[in-house]
Amino acid sequence: MDTAAFLAQLLNGVQYGLLLFLISSGLTLIFGVMGVINLAHGSLFMVGAYLAYVIAAWTGALWLALPLAILGGLGFGALLEAGLFRRFYQREHLDQVLLTFALILLFEEARSMLLGNDFHAVPVPAALDFSVPVVGGFSYSAYRLAVLGVCLLVAALMFLGIERTRVGSAVRAAAEKPEMVDLLGLDARRIHMLVFAAGTALAMLAGALAAPLQSVYPNMGDGFLIIGFVVVVVGGIGSIAGAFWGALLIGLVDTMGKAYLPQVAGLAVYLLMAGILLWRPAGLFARRA
Amino acid sequence: MGDRAMPFTRRGLAGLAAGAALAGAGPARPAVAQGAPLKVGLMLPFSGTFASLGENIAAAFEMHLQERGGRMGGRAVQIVRLDDESNPANAVQNVNRLVGRERAEVLVGTVHSGVVMAMVQASRERGIPLIIPNAGNASATRELCAPSIFRTSFTNWQPAYGMGLALAKQGVKRAAWVTWDYAAGNEATEGFRDGLRTGGAELVRELKLPFPETNFQPLLAQIPGLNVEAVGAFFAGGGAVQFVREYAAAGLKDRIPLCGSGFLTEGALGEQGAAAEGVRSALHYGDGLDNAKNAAFRTAFRGRTNREADVYAVQGYDAAQLIAIGLDAVKGDVGAERELSRAMKGARIDSPRGAFTLSPSHNPVQNIYLREARGGQNRVVGVAAEALADPGTGCRMA
Repeated sequence: MDTAAFLAQLLNGVQYGLLLFLISSGLTLIFGVMGVINLAHGSLFMVGAYLAYVIAAWTGALWLALPLAILGGLGFGALLEAGLFRRFYQREHLDQVLLTFALILLFEEARSMLLGNDFHAVPVPAALDFSVPVVGGFSYSAYRLAVLGVCLLVAALMFLGIERTRVGSAVRAAAEKPEMVDLLGLDARRIHMLVFAAGTALAMLAGALAAPLQSVYPNMGDGFLIIGFVVVVVGGIGSIAGAFWGALLIGLVDTMGKAYLPQVAGLAVYLLMAGILLWRPAGLFARRA
Repeated sequence: MGDRAMPFTRRGLAGLAAGAALAGAGPARPAVAQGAPLKVGLMLPFSGTFASLGENIAAAFEMHLQERGGRMGGRAVQIVRLDDESNPANAVQNVNRLVGRERAEVLVGTVHSGVVMAMVQASRERGIPLIIPNAGNASATRELCAPSIFRTSFTNWQPAYGMGLALAKQGVKRAAWVTWDYAAGNEATEGFRDGLRTGGAELVRELKLPFPETNFQPLLAQIPGLNVEAVGAFFAGGGAVQFVREYAAAGLKDRIPLCGSGFLTEGALGEQGAAAEGVRSALHYGDGLDNAKNAAFRTAFRGRTNREADVYAVQGYDAAQLIAIGLDAVKGDVGAERELSRAMKGARIDSPRGAFTLSPSHNPVQNIYLREARGGQNRVVGVAAEALADPGTGCRMA
């Protein structure tokens, strides 16, 4: 086996995994805290990607999309929570699934009306449009390395926020022992809104970061939504650490599978999920039995 | 085939233009005194991803009709446009509308390989002449071929075969091929392999990923280890833009030359930028193709539409030329199916791509040009395969 190619594939797997983490951390928090299966999470990813595309086309300054995705995502997420999701926490899962499915259709239709159905390539920002020699003659795009860095930074900030702050401990409590939140006198409504806003911002940030890595196209969130759910299930629902290690694991298995066992690459991730669920039915990092 | 990504800001304008064009077609005029006009149904995408392709095909078709004074085979021709939206789910219904309600006697369409299947079926069942001005899926002129079905475009096999052959002629012995794992990609793979083999070279590895995924990194990282002298690819639209850019970004372009079926760079050079510079591709058309017919065609098309002609316009123009030859032979009597089919089959089309004839399975026998991306154009630098016919495997025509 070619060592340089292997190391390059490792890097690819880590980069892909970290992007998956941004998506699955929001998914797992929203499910863990509110018990909502948000199928529209993939559409939020798409919104972030199209935001990047529009910003790049209008201003030529793609980096602007990152703060806009985060701030816009926070605001948009808060609005969605207060306007829609809040009314569905007490409803059955089927109602929630119908709601979020309707949202997917709305997002897709709006995208089609406003921006059409074309594929679009979003150029890599000029300042990062070069390659860095990494290992044994294989170069790696500077933009991909930057994405890797941003994802690591976001992950670090999330860990600090959730493990070290008061708000974070409230979120953890809400995810792990929901019945405790009211007993402790915490404002569940605020926590819900915060978590939903943060989850939306993460999905949109992931979309904006991913836009130059892959084309921007209709239904682009679907694949990421499914793989995001796989990560959540593998990692353990409601666990940020689970989302992190689960995303890295899935990212690596998927990439390595495509590189070295292309015949079974499509299946590898799902076989892994089945295996882990047999071994630990609640996921790798589940704290509730 | 390839969607041509447009900058966001121009999108709305294109939509307006399409709408205006449709509105301009207006209600059907009453039949002229000497008999009802011949209705030709243009079933093409006028909205969605492939709208610009459909517009160019239709505009060039209408341009040739106008050059002929609006008549074919002595009959006035009335064009009925129908937007198929590249949506296979509505394809059967759309064909039925053209043939049933609109009473179209000739069908022309379409771009999307899935949608064209409904047209192929209608043509086989009812014997209505069908001219395919784009969709490259091989089956329409292989196992599903019929006396009434003609193509003025290509099979996915053809350009890829040309590229493979050209590489082998250059002395390449080992090459790899990258594509999406779907029908068009697999047909192109087969063509590339056959072309290499004919020239005495070998396809060492096929690298595939699911359509329309664009996570190319795991594939690109394998390429340095394959010990190949060239990498070929079949992608179109956004995927093509992305692939060419990432191939360059991975530092591969200067070590292992990239080439491909023409759609890798067709209509995508603007967005591919410097990454595409020097990329070779093979197609039945190219920029700066030097012949009198092409020069006149491009000037006329520009004058009519304010757009530059492209391969899609050429295919639409030739669809009109082909059906006109057939109708002239039967004096406008579409019912004379055998004579019509025979005349079209024997046609020699004076195309902007260079004259071509049709193979026994009714697919163009055409030059596949070798092009090189230079300064935002796919310049023709040679002929990859001369008078190349699709093998037409499995075609049995009565």
